[in-house]
Amino acid sequence: MPEPMLDLKDVVTYYGPIPALKGISLCVRQGEIVCLLGGNASGKSTTMKAILGVVRPTQGSVSFEGDRIDGLPPQAIVRRGIALVPEARRVFGRMTVLENLAMGAHTRRRDPPAELDADRERVFALFPRLAERADQVAGTMSGGEQQMLAIGRALMARPRLLLMDEPSMGLSPAFVDQVFDIIQTINRQGVTILVVEQNAVVALSIASRGYVLQNGLMVVDDTAEALLAADHIRRAYLGEI
Amino acid sequence: MSMLSILPQQLVFGLALGTVYGLIAIGYTMVYGVLFMINFAHGEVFMIGAYIGWGVLSGLLAAKIGGLNPAWVLPLMLLPAMLGCGLLGTALERFAYRPLYARGATRLGPLISAVGASIFLQNAVMLSQGARMKVYMTNVLFPRSWRVQLFGTNVSVLLVVVAIIAGLMMWGLHVLVRRTALGRAIRAVAEDREMAAIMGVDVNRVVATTFFLGSALGGAAGVLIGLYYTQIDFFMGFSAGLKAFTAAVLGGIGNIKGAMLGGILLGVIESLAVTFMDPAYKDVIAFVVLILVLTFRPEGLLGEALADWRRI
Repeated sequence: MPEPMLDLKDVVTYYGPIPALKGISLCVRQGEIVCLLGGNASGKSTTMKAILGVVRPTQGSVSFEGDRIDGLPPQAIVRRGIALVPEARRVFGRMTVLENLAMGAHTRRRDPPAELDADRERVFALFPRLAERADQVAGTMSGGEQQMLAIGRALMARPRLLLMDEPSMGLSPAFVDQVFDIIQTINRQGVTILVVEQNAVVALSIASRGYVLQNGLMVVDDTAEALLAADHIRRAYLGEI
Repeated sequence: MSMLSILPQQLVFGLALGTVYGLIAIGYTMVYGVLFMINFAHGEVFMIGAYIGWGVLSGLLAAKIGGLNPAWVLPLMLLPAMLGCGLLGTALERFAYRPLYARGATRLGPLISAVGASIFLQNAVMLSQGARMKVYMTNVLFPRSWRVQLFGTNVSVLLVVVAIIAGLMMWGLHVLVRRTALGRAIRAVAEDREMAAIMGVDVNRVVATTFFLGSALGGAAGVLIGLYYTQIDFFMGFSAGLKAFTAAVLGGIGNIKGAMLGGILLGVIESLAVTFMDPAYKDVIAFVVLILVLTFRPEGLLGEALADWRRI
C-alpha cells in the first residue's frame, strides 16, 4: 500500500460549543476516487472545510503528501495543491466566467501567463459551454453551467487533490451522469478525488472506496463494491434504491 | 434672472465638489463591501490628510523655497497624505476593528469602535495641532487670477485641477478594482468571504489593503478640500464624513461606481439647492437627501437589495 496522499487522523472540530466532527479518520491515496457519504448534518462539508483549513481542528491531524497541514491558513493549503468544488457551486455571481477562472488560479497569479492560458484552454476543452459564455456574468447562468464553472475554477488551481462537495446537487439526471463522467476524466488526467455525495449509488459506481459519516463519526469504511453490495448498509445509510 | 445666470457656475462647482465627495465616499463603500461595517473614523482620516498636506505646504513656505509650482508641489502634498492616511487606515483596521470581529463581535461592536476611533483622532489632532484652524496658502500655488472659461462660465483653475485629480484617482481605483488580481480579490472577498479564502485569497491582507486604498483616497480628498476651502480644523472630518457617507448610501453602499455617482450627484444637488435658498441650509440638503434615500430607496441608486443579513 502506498503512503496516503491525504490522511486525517482522529479529527475533532467544533462550531462554538457544538461538536461537528467527533474524531474522524480518513485517507485518500494518490490516484483514487474516494467517496464520503452520509445524511444531512453528518459532518461531510465540515470534513471538507477541516481539510482546507477553513475550520480548524481542535484535535487530531490532517496530513497532505506527508506534511501536517492542520493549522495552516487556507491559502497555504490551496497552494500545496488542494482545491474545492463547494456545495451549491458558489461561483462568484457578479464576476464573469473568465474572472471566476482567474480566481481559481489566484494562488498561481504570478505564474507565466502562457501556463494559465493553457490551463484555461484545458478547462474549455472539458466544458466547451464555458468558452461560449466566457464574458457572461456567472450569476446569470443556469445551475448546470455554474457547476461546470465551479469545477473549472477548482481545476485552475492545478490541484493534485480535488475535493468535491455534492457535485450532483440540484442538477437534472442527465447532467448528473455528465458530471460523473467528467469527474472520471479529471481523475484519469491524474487528479486524486475525494467526493461528498448524497447520490450514493452513482458516486460509489465511480469510486474505489467509500466512507460513511453519521453524526460526526465515521461509521463505515469499505471498498465501493462492498458498500454497494451490503444490503444493511444500503438500507441504513445510502437510501433504498 | 440673476439666479439663472449663476446656475452654470454652480453646476460646475457642484460637479467638482461632488468628485471630491465621491473620492471620500469610496472609502466608506469599499470598507462596507469587504467587512459590512461603516468606518465612521473615515472622516477623521480625511481630516488628517488635510493636515498632512497643510504641513507639507507650510513647510515649503517656511523653508522659503522659491518657484513653488503646482506641478511638483501638489504631488509632494498628495503622496505623503495618501501614504500617511493609508497607513492610518490599516492601523485602524488592525487595532480598532479586527480584534473585535476576529472574536466574533456583532456588527455593532466595530461600529462603536469606529465612533471611538473618530473621537480619539479628532482629539489627538486638536491636542497636537491646536484647536484653531490652519490656513492653506493656496494662492501661492494657484493665484486668484488663474481662471478659465468652461461651459460658458468663468471658473478658477484650482477648481478644475481639484476635479481632474479627484476624477483621475477614481478612474485609477476603478481600473485597479476591475482589471488587476488585487481588485479581483477585493471583489471576491466582498462577494463571498469564505469562498475567497478557499480560492487561496489571504482575506486579512485583502481587508487591510482595502482600508489602505480607501483611506489613501480619503487623505487625497483632504488635501484637495484644504486647497479649495483654505481653512481646515480638527472637526472638519465630521460633516465631510457624514456627507460622503450620504453619497455612498445614495449611490448604493458597497458599490464603488455608486459612490462616485452618489458623490457627484450630492455635490450638484447641494450647490444647485443653495442657488435657490439661503446658503445657510447647505448642510441640511445632504441630510435631507440621506433621509429621502433611506426612506424610498434604501439600497441606493446602483446598490442591490440590502436583505443579505446572513453574511457577517
